Amino acid sequence: MDFQIALILGQDGITNGAIYALLALALVLVFAVTRVIFIPQGEFVAYGALTLAMVGNGVLPATVWLLLGAGVVVAVLDGMAALRAGQSKRLIAIMAVNLAYPLALLGLLKAMPLAELALALQVLVALLIVVPLGPMMYRIVYQPIAEAPVLVLLIVSVAAHLAMVGLGLLFFGAEGYRTPAFSDARFEVGPMTVTGQTVWVVMSSLVLIVALALFFGRTIYGKALRATAINRNGARLMGISPALAGKLTFFLAALIGTLSGVLISPITTIYYDSGFLIGLKGFVAAIIGGLASYPIAAGGAILVGLLEAFSSFWASAYKEVIVFTLIIPVLVWRSLTSHHMEEEE
Amino acid sequence: MGAHNEVSRAVLEVSNLTVHYGKVEALSNASIKVGEGQIVTVIGPNGAGKTTMLSAVMGMLASKGQVGFDGQIEGVPEVERMVARGMNLVPEKRELFGEMSVEDNLVLGAFQRYRMGKRDHGDTMEEVYALFPRLKERRAQLAGTLSGGERQMLAVGRALMAKPKLLMLDEPSLGLAPLIVREIFRIISELRRRGVSILLVEQNARAALQVADYAYVLETGAIAMEGPAHMLADDPRVIEAYLGLGGKHQDMLAG
Ligand SMILES: Nc1ncnc2c1ncn2[C@@H]1O[C@H](COP(=O)(O)OP(=O)(O)OP(=O)(O)O)[C@@H](O)[C@H]1O
Ligand SMILES: [Mg+2]
Repeated sequence: MDFQIALILGQDGITNGAIYALLALALVLVFAVTRVIFIPQGEFVAYGALTLAMVGNGVLPATVWLLLGAGVVVAVLDGMAALRAGQSKRLIAIMAVNLAYPLALLGLLKAMPLAELALALQVLVALLIVVPLGPMMYRIVYQPIAEAPVLVLLIVSVAAHLAMVGLGLLFFGAEGYRTPAFSDARFEVGPMTVTGQTVWVVMSSLVLIVALALFFGRTIYGKALRATAINRNGARLMGISPALAGKLTFFLAALIGTLSGVLISPITTIYYDSGFLIGLKGFVAAIIGGLASYPIAAGGAILVGLLEAFSSFWASAYKEVIVFTLIIPVLVWRSLTSHHMEEEE
Repeated sequence: MGAHNEVSRAVLEVSNLTVHYGKVEALSNASIKVGEGQIVTVIGPNGAGKTTMLSAVMGMLASKGQVGFDGQIEGVPEVERMVARGMNLVPEKRELFGEMSVEDNLVLGAFQRYRMGKRDHGDTMEEVYALFPRLKERRAQLAGTLSGGERQMLAVGRALMAKPKLLMLDEPSLGLAPLIVREIFRIISELRRRGVSILLVEQNARAALQVADYAYVLETGAIAMEGPAHMLADDPRVIEAYLGLGGKHQDMLAG
């Protein structure tokens, strides 16, 4: 391998690593706040990418029907809860968010010439459809069992993941898609050619990470999420309900997942079931951070990306095996260096 | 005794509150009342169910019975709703956000108000700092690294950030040096002067009865005695069980 190839592989590794870093941050966040190991994180990547692909092809994305269906379920659940608590005033807001919004979006999408929209608008459409699925998923799947042990939450996550993959096949078919690059620019940096998409991916990841850091460090809602992660009972006593924290967290996770999908689909062909492996690599990075440390998880993600890139050159057939084997020394190292923390009740 | 807390307007009216831990009944048919602007104290031995009662009133524990707060009855109180309506609990375990700064802890105390569109936490924070200058000195320090007394102050300050109508304090003097205990009780009286009604659970019965208007004695999950605080302080049974022989016992312990 000469220097030239190493540079190309390094670039690939960092590009993918930036995406894994975003997913790792989302996984750490979801686990810290809700104790859910969010296996369906990867499905949001695939849904984001494929929804964008459908919009680009001028087809009404089938995910909008999922949004409508999930909205109906949430409206029924929340509506009944509001009536039982004698808060019928809340019904209007519940209907607006969960029924009126998906219907309005559906009408808008039917009226618009989707394929002719600018790429940025197509991306926006994909976000508008897929991101609300996050909080809805929390409401339907996790909120009713929010106090269950971590293991139960994990099993439910596996089920949710399988359901989303199945629905993905139904919505998008078995065919894979690649979306157009955000930019066709190429930059000559010394001996290396950097593609515009690489720059987009790395810069977007950095911007998103900085934005998240500001959100958690500066805003009261961000602090409320951190507080819930630190001390659930204390947070409840401040009026921060676990349901609110859960929905907000899943909103962020879905946003990160969808954006990752939109960013990665010009680089890699995405199939309905591609999300799992991508999410799993984010998960390896999150494990490196002990599901607790954001900076270590982000660093781990870059490591995973580089390892993947270089092993695909040297031992292409084994590249996934090599990446996932990384988890073993990491677990050994973690179990040696840190005291085992009993699961908190 | 047959006494009753006669008040013109009750902020909190709890009737027949019962709490079970599994099959064990930790609180049986407790009824208490806190009038507007009153300090009411609940004293009793360890394990009597005082913490249990406060948790159930706040909605942290499932309970049977009725909790009337600010003129509206809640069958089963729900924490976030109670906070929104102006009830606040400083729990026995304090439940601070240890890895966050003192100032962030305080800001979060105003979370529910902020959510309801009342963005005045900057002013409230200055009031809290005026009450606890020590917290202002330590504003950037992580809550987990505070001393026991500072932690207590932070827990009370954080609750005050919500501008509660009713403040429930679970053993605010726990583990504090006598000087700081006096300071805490001074602040409790000061809060009443500002119109906060207070439900105070205390081991330090002497200080609690001194500061309170009305008092309940809770024993093994049931209200055993009640009456105006100064009358309970003179009651021979209370003196025997909670105050010691004219206070000599406690004074001796205090050295
Ligand atoms: N989660 C729980 N599960 C089972 N029993 C409990 C639980 N919490 C409290 N108890 C029991 O309920 C009884 C009342 O406890 P509680 O904490 O209310 O007492 P307390 O009056 O606050 O005592 P102290 O003055 O020591 O704080 C005790 O016997 C306690 O052991
Ligand atoms: Mg107690």
